[in-house]
Amino acid sequence: MTTMTTTTTTTTTTTTAGHGFWRMAYLGFCALVFAFLIAPILVIVPLSFNAEPYFTFTEGMLRLDADAWSLRWYRQIMEDEEWSRALANSLLIGVSATVLATVLGTLAALGLSNPAMPARRFATGLLISPMVTPVIISAAGMFFFYSNLGLAQTHLGLILAHAALGTPFVVITVTATLAGYDENLSRAAASMGAGPLTVFRRVQLPLIAPGVVSGGIFAFAASFDEVVVVLFMGGIEQRTIPRQMWSGIREEISPAILAVAVFLIVFAVLFLLTVEWLRRRNAR
Amino acid sequence: MTRKDAMGRRFMLPGLAVLLPGLAALLPRLAALLPGLAVAVLALLPCGRAAAQEQTLTLVSWGGAYARACEKGYIERFERETGIDVRIEDYNGGLAQIRAQVDVGNVYWDVVDMELPDMVRGCDEGLFVPIDVDELAPGADGTPAADDIAEDGLTECGPTNLYYATVVVYNDARIGTAKPSSIADFFDLEQFPGRRGMRRSPLANLEFALMADGVPLDEVYATLDTEAGVRRAFRKLDSIKDRIVWWEAGAQPPQMLADGEVVMTTAYNGRIFNAQVLEDQPFVIVWDGQLLDTGGLVVVEGTRNLEAAKAFVRFANTARAMADVGRYISYSPSRRSAMNLISTHAETGVEMSPHMPTSPENIGRALHNDWEWWSDNGEEMNERFSTWLAR
Amino acid sequence: MSENPDIQAGRTKTGSGTGRPMPSPRLDPRLRAALLVLPLLVFVGVTFLAPLANMLVRSVYDPVVADTLPETLERLRAWDGRGLPEETVYEALARELLAAREDRTLGQVATRVNRVQSGLRSALTRTARRLRDVDEGPWSEAMTGIHAAWGETGTWRALREAGDRYTPRHYLNALDLQRDPDGSIAFQPEDRRIYLFLLWRTLLVSLGVTVLCLLIGYPVARLIAHAPPRRANLLLILVLVPFWTSLLVRTTSWIVLLQNQGVLNDMFVYLGVIGDDGRLAMIYNMTGTFVAMTHVLLPFMVLPLYSVMSAIPKVQTSAAESLGATPWQSFWRVYWPQTLPGVGAGCLLVFILAIGYYITPALVGGSTGQLISNMIAFHMQSSLNWSLAAALGGILLVCVAGLYVLYDRLVGIERMRLG
Repeated sequence: MTTMTTTTTTTTTTTTAGHGFWRMAYLGFCALVFAFLIAPILVIVPLSFNAEPYFTFTEGMLRLDADAWSLRWYRQIMEDEEWSRALANSLLIGVSATVLATVLGTLAALGLSNPAMPARRFATGLLISPMVTPVIISAAGMFFFYSNLGLAQTHLGLILAHAALGTPFVVITVTATLAGYDENLSRAAASMGAGPLTVFRRVQLPLIAPGVVSGGIFAFAASFDEVVVVLFMGGIEQRTIPRQMWSGIREEISPAILAVAVFLIVFAVLFLLTVEWLRRRNAR
Repeated sequence: MTRKDAMGRRFMLPGLAVLLPGLAALLPRLAALLPGLAVAVLALLPCGRAAAQEQTLTLVSWGGAYARACEKGYIERFERETGIDVRIEDYNGGLAQIRAQVDVGNVYWDVVDMELPDMVRGCDEGLFVPIDVDELAPGADGTPAADDIAEDGLTECGPTNLYYATVVVYNDARIGTAKPSSIADFFDLEQFPGRRGMRRSPLANLEFALMADGVPLDEVYATLDTEAGVRRAFRKLDSIKDRIVWWEAGAQPPQMLADGEVVMTTAYNGRIFNAQVLEDQPFVIVWDGQLLDTGGLVVVEGTRNLEAAKAFVRFANTARAMADVGRYISYSPSRRSAMNLISTHAETGVEMSPHMPTSPENIGRALHNDWEWWSDNGEEMNERFSTWLAR
Repeated sequence: MSENPDIQAGRTKTGSGTGRPMPSPRLDPRLRAALLVLPLLVFVGVTFLAPLANMLVRSVYDPVVADTLPETLERLRAWDGRGLPEETVYEALARELLAAREDRTLGQVATRVNRVQSGLRSALTRTARRLRDVDEGPWSEAMTGIHAAWGETGTWRALREAGDRYTPRHYLNALDLQRDPDGSIAFQPEDRRIYLFLLWRTLLVSLGVTVLCLLIGYPVARLIAHAPPRRANLLLILVLVPFWTSLLVRTTSWIVLLQNQGVLNDMFVYLGVIGDDGRLAMIYNMTGTFVAMTHVLLPFMVLPLYSVMSAIPKVQTSAAESLGATPWQSFWRVYWPQTLPGVGAGCLLVFILAIGYYITPALVGGSTGQLISNMIAFHMQSSLNWSLAAALGGILLVCVAGLYVLYDRLVGIERMRLG
């Protein structure tokens, strides 16, 4: 805390005009930053309806000619076997990894929130480390290790890898929710004869469920967007949507990528709204 | 193709149908829903597997117009005649991915289309299955394979199929009034300002640099064989380094040229031909100092489809298959007997021979790739190139 | 919060007193907590930490040459390192090279020896190819005839060095160092040095991105934190949408915006700011890397700042100003010090994430915007120099681990929040 005695000694007059100018400049600057954040994402939405194979607004589009706009890229990804296979792979890997990460992460968060947990800080550090380790290093290490175990180029290998990378999200969100959990509720339930499992299922879980679900969504989103591990460890059979986008961007970049991107933006907004809704529910 | 489309729809719709309501239902109770989703996805997957149950061969090739030419030229016929399904994957050359698969012992590429120096090097390293020349079909006129195929084109691990050239090409609509006419013009930023496209690889670029620096065609590899020569090549590349846009896939340079991303680029001649005849692009090839290369198919050691893979390599090496590829893209066959089968482009009727890299009017100023030099020095050059690039 | 053992004991008694059997005897709370954490610890240990450890081992351990040429290396041990080794060494090498060619392990050996001294790959492969036609010795003559390298002292030194199972060589390489023939450690020749330069570039870029994120993120976070709740929520969404949007989507967006024929250049040309031939090169270079990375990492700066700032009562600054402080003074002396925890958390987080960045530079960095991670990927996937990739990864890992510990000290890992 800074003491305010120091500031009282200086007396200065502020001109309201100057104040207003700076205020406007400040708001203008913030508006620019918001534009920087959001415009790149918005700009590809209209471009994905481009009738031409270009990445820029054609004159026809600007004149709002109906012919210049089309759904051809959406049709193309719908009909393309590779994209649908990629979607199936992304879902299979994402959902399985999420289930694994959510179960293990929630259990661990319960333990970590307990003040009795030995070496709590160290364990937390270890369990969060997959999130801060550069993914290129994780991917390189996993490639060697999983190859030796015969798990490279298998769905199982990617599920395990993504689950490992997703657990920190679950641990963090559930621990945060547990911080607001009143331990007396468990005690009360136990004093009325409920076993630890019943206490967890009937009392604790319903209360921390928003955190668990948020964590799961984070883990799923992380897997759904992961490309480096898939790049290193996945074969042709394990191509996911980000992997498919990666080669699209690097090799033959076509506006179909933009159509996929729009789908992913819709997902992102859905995820975001869900998590925010859960957070608000939890806050209440 | 129709089968693929039908399967795509079958795949995509249930996928979305599961996903969207799934997400909507996520909100109340994810925990209860997750297993259901997992089951739904698991149920989805086998339908992809079932379709792939017939024998599938994974062919790894160069993508884009070239892969399409092979597909129409002979792969579809191979599939019809043998009932083997060929799945085409793209790559951008090199041995790295194959080495990784063989080293780790998990081979999932069956047949790979590659450049001759890599064929030789990979064969030495035991990455490919040896293929005897006597196993190959005779030429269209009955000549035994050993005499029909150009002598450079026979390796212990299989024959080469096609000749292609890495050429310098410019966009006539954007270049201005003066037109480039030699390899030296590619490096002349004063007369021809603007960005250049080059392949992200030392192969061809080192040769181009030396030729542009005044080294005669027949001394290029002798010069490269000395440390001073290599330095000279890199110095020449240095002079345009900050104006180069690097490409990796063969499909990129025509696109970059059409977009105006570059005014001039190196490219594979067949891709440029396709852009010229199919898309009416005003591209002009400078037939000077182009690097004439050859390549073919190899079977990866440890493949699970050995017999089918070998059958495919033999099929692709027949004179008819080579000539049929030549009906879709301007790459010359490596069999002498196939040369006579070359006629017109299958879709536009354009006469093919003036566009072939081995035709008399084009081959005069061609540099023949010295595969022996590249198979001995490729690794080292790659490393130096990537160091040079990252500086 | 601490659990009272008395209460627990009482509870157990009540439980048994009412006649309902407890499912299991009461566990020690320490044990119970540990048992809950254990499954994840084991899981992360096997699926994540073990691979990292394995990679670190790989950066110093490589048995391939030693296993393929055991006899040769054994006999080379007696050699004093001067002149040429004895005929028996040539004989053993010839035998083992042929065997290696037969087993198809020669390629792996040749690659590794070549990394110690470039040029030896062809010496080994060519020799093995031609030795099949040689029936008897003297082997030294035959081999030197096939490739002149066998008549040079350096070749044998390199072979001996490549035969070490444990070696610090890859770490030396990763720091642009090498061991000279006399055993001293020196820099690589000028035109081969690259990694220190790239590490330095990575640090600079990360630092630059962090500072930029702070400069543009701070005002924004402050605006959100002190806006009325409804508007704050709306503004927060603007930060969270990019946060949740796929990294690849955001990178694609920047390609679409910045490329030569992209939206921004088109707009500039249309507005007459630049001519059609003067289009700006904003992508596939350092600019592309920098802009896209800042965009991707900005939410990681804004969110921790926001959570710290929203806890600062607005009355404080008003109070300072009503007491006569200028807005600047009230900001600098009252407000800023209180936001320092958020600044620290945001900066460290952004820096940690930036230093290991791979995808964005790979896609929009061209050749001049590449960072150390891209070099790791290059050695993993293209040159297949896995040991060097592992050593570079080890160095990067140490940097990140150091920052991570620092983060824990300053901010506390358990205070990390998402979204």
